[in-house]
Amino acid sequence: MSQKQVLTVSGQYDQIRESCDFVCEGAKMAGFDETAIFHIELACDEACTNIIEHAYGDEGKGLIHISYETDGDRFIVTFHDNGRTFDPDSVPIPPTVQADAATDATIHETLKVGGLGLHFMRQLMDSVTFQSDPKQGNTLIMVKKLPERQP
Amino acid sequence: MSDLSISVESFKRVDLVTLAGRVDSNSASQLDSTLKSLLENGRYKIVLELSGVSYLSSAGLRAMVSAVRESKKHRGDVRLANVSGRVAEVLNLAGLNAIFQVYEDKTSAVGSF
Repeated sequence: MSQKQVLTVSGQYDQIRESCDFVCEGAKMAGFDETAIFHIELACDEACTNIIEHAYGDEGKGLIHISYETDGDRFIVTFHDNGRTFDPDSVPIPPTVQADAATDATIHETLKVGGLGLHFMRQLMDSVTFQSDPKQGNTLIMVKKLPERQP
Repeated sequence: MSDLSISVESFKRVDLVTLAGRVDSNSASQLDSTLKSLLENGRYKIVLELSGVSYLSSAGLRAMVSAVRESKKHRGDVRLANVSGRVAEVLNLAGLNAIFQVYEDKTSAVGSF
């Protein structure tokens, strides 16, 4: 297991880039290619955005603690906040919008608050796990498998 | 300070909105207010020129889709030109690529209206 790298930022939109860059630097050192790093960046962006908008309810309401480490063949990114507890099962998976059925209602459903970001995280990472505790806060753990090393 | 620049060029019937940089949570409000301003002024036919967009997150997508919804209520549309691989991947990931008409270049996108 690699040494865990840790960063704490204020829950503000202008801090998200720094958070993503921090994790992407670790992903690059871990050996991910550009496409995988883009996927990790987008997943981190969506995680931070959801914390700001849903856990804290607005910008500047609390801190986001971010860490990453490698463990065996896994690159593990963890986000922690002290905002409102979160039940990921309460967020529906956005439906795919078909061109001929792109009604206002289906588009609205697709863009429902938080759903799209969570959908992105689940699509882009190999696993996404939430732990929520009213006293300890929320912890989001995202894992992406490391690329197989060439012999 | 965001990493997004936006310019608007108005033609007789269509507005060409050229984006360059990152469309993320930090800059989505800039795009949202630009598009809302056009729509509030009765400009419902919009082309987004995206060749300079290096990054698009769900926050940016929400601004784009919000504009599509509003424009379609007034027989308009928001169409995309020069969509990069990364942006196309995000649209596909969201399941939203079907609601945007995509054109290879801005001339054909503007001319499509």
